[in-house]
Amino acid sequence: MAEHTLHVALRQDGPIPLDVGFTCGPGDTLAIFGPSGSGKTTVLRSIAGLYRPAVAMVQAGGETWSDSARGVWVPPHRRHVGFVFQDYALFPHLTAGGNVAAALTDRPRGERQARADACLAQVHLQGKTGRRPHELSGGERQRVALARALAREPAVLLLDEPFAAVDRAVRRHLQDEVAAVRRSLDVPAVLVTHDLEDVVRLATHVLLLDGGRVVAHDTVSALMRRPDLPGLVDAAGPGTVFDAVVHRHDRERGVIELAFDGGRIVAAGTAPAGTRVRARVPARDVILATTLPDGLSVQNVLTGVVRTVAASEEHDAVMVDVAVGGLVLAAEVTRDAVRRLALAPGRPVHALVKAVSIDVSAMASAPPPR
Amino acid sequence: MDWQAFRVSLSLGLWTVALLVPVGMWAGHGLATRTFRGKALLEAAVAIPLLLPPTVLGFYLLTVFSPRSAVGAAFERLAGASLAFSFPGLVLASIIINLPFVIQPIQRAFEAIPADVRDAAACCGLSPWQRFLRIEVPLAWPGILTAMILTFAHTLGEFGVVLMVGGNLPGETRTLSIAIYDRMQAFDDTSAGIMAAVLLVMAVVTLMATTALSQRLVKRRG
Repeated sequence: MAEHTLHVALRQDGPIPLDVGFTCGPGDTLAIFGPSGSGKTTVLRSIAGLYRPAVAMVQAGGETWSDSARGVWVPPHRRHVGFVFQDYALFPHLTAGGNVAAALTDRPRGERQARADACLAQVHLQGKTGRRPHELSGGERQRVALARALAREPAVLLLDEPFAAVDRAVRRHLQDEVAAVRRSLDVPAVLVTHDLEDVVRLATHVLLLDGGRVVAHDTVSALMRRPDLPGLVDAAGPGTVFDAVVHRHDRERGVIELAFDGGRIVAAGTAPAGTRVRARVPARDVILATTLPDGLSVQNVLTGVVRTVAASEEHDAVMVDVAVGGLVLAAEVTRDAVRRLALAPGRPVHALVKAVSIDVSAMASAPPPR
Repeated sequence: MDWQAFRVSLSLGLWTVALLVPVGMWAGHGLATRTFRGKALLEAAVAIPLLLPPTVLGFYLLTVFSPRSAVGAAFERLAGASLAFSFPGLVLASIIINLPFVIQPIQRAFEAIPADVRDAAACCGLSPWQRFLRIEVPLAWPGILTAMILTFAHTLGEFGVVLMVGGNLPGETRTLSIAIYDRMQAFDDTSAGIMAAVLLVMAVVTLMATTALSQRLVKRRG
């Protein structure tokens, strides 16, 4: 599997400053997150060979696509990438089927139509094969773009702000679509976005970019608990992200019980039992207690042990990490609370979380099959 | 009605279109998609025939075509015939004066294709040549068609340069426009009138054809 890992190293001083290096394994989805102008799209274009930075090293699918040190540069049409553009970039003169078939020119003529139809069916567009882009809705165009990117069985899937041009209602549906497609493909995927929801719902890893430089690079759950990261935290505040499975769905109470590594937690929402989900608990919605009062409305009382207490100069709040089984839950409390409860590593505490505070989304990226 | 002149005009128009459109597609595509040193200068040079009086252009072309110039002499050695006052010379002159009429609309048409669409075609595995034939030319087709029709119509109507370079040799360089002038000089108003009407009808028909074709293309694409 190692040879299918995407290796990227890009560096130049101008005109677009870049200093980026990362790897992305097959089955992983790396979200490149950052403000506009941070070089996100340039990184994606450099992988596809549409942009040529001064110093570039790109390896994917066991091939070297760029290696400026050795003078290697494979033109974009010989790189097996599936690229979904922000504005879809469909070919307006071709039908949906024709758009997908255009990516299949390396296959025998007779096979193309069947393969194009299969790809369109995968994104639930069977029956719209004969439509031209202007006869399709925004969401449908997006799905044609996705089918076109998948058609040639890419060695790497590149998504440039894939949901920016559709409205919120369609977006969630499309995210699920991308997630499903993503699962069917055991290749690295790189997603450029400035929407936190995309990150939480689709990514396994995050690369935080600012001014062409990597600010942070880690798994989604690791990055989400860090209070010091601009951009990511501005969007939602620090919190804990973890993967879980729906254990029970209680329709009457309108809640779902989630099983995670080391316990159960109740969240508001609906999802059939067995669904893999990703949950996010904002750190400021976690209450810590050393003893439990009676008559609480809170559904979740998690018992654990304080692992770290991190105070920072700029923030009045203190981040306290509590180990609950295999889960490390981040809680944001005041300095005063730290003093009153004598919070220190090793101290047993109860973490109280309201069911409505937990943000649950059907999980998008499955971990790579091993 | 001078049918011989009509045939000369028609074949001059068709030859010009046939030889010029590939040149225009190559040049227009290059100017639309590439950046290089001296591009602005080249674009200005292409537009020169639009501004120069036909007689001035004709004078310079005739000078170059003359057997006393290097170009004219070389052609005469190779082809055994003179460029000046001959049909091949007329075609060459027609190509030069029509350059802006072909290159500019084609360049605009290629420029109108979004860069993302071009990039998407590359990411679909299409080679530069496949991208050109399957994606860019079909999308630029209305512009290419406009260029073809403009060139054809413009060639039929060209008078000054044709007279300077080609003279008035029946069956060789006498086009309809020249024949009209010729008939008028001979006080043969009826013949001149018929030929003028033929050119008018052809102009109206080509215009209608362009409009109809481009409307169909627009409807197909939305």
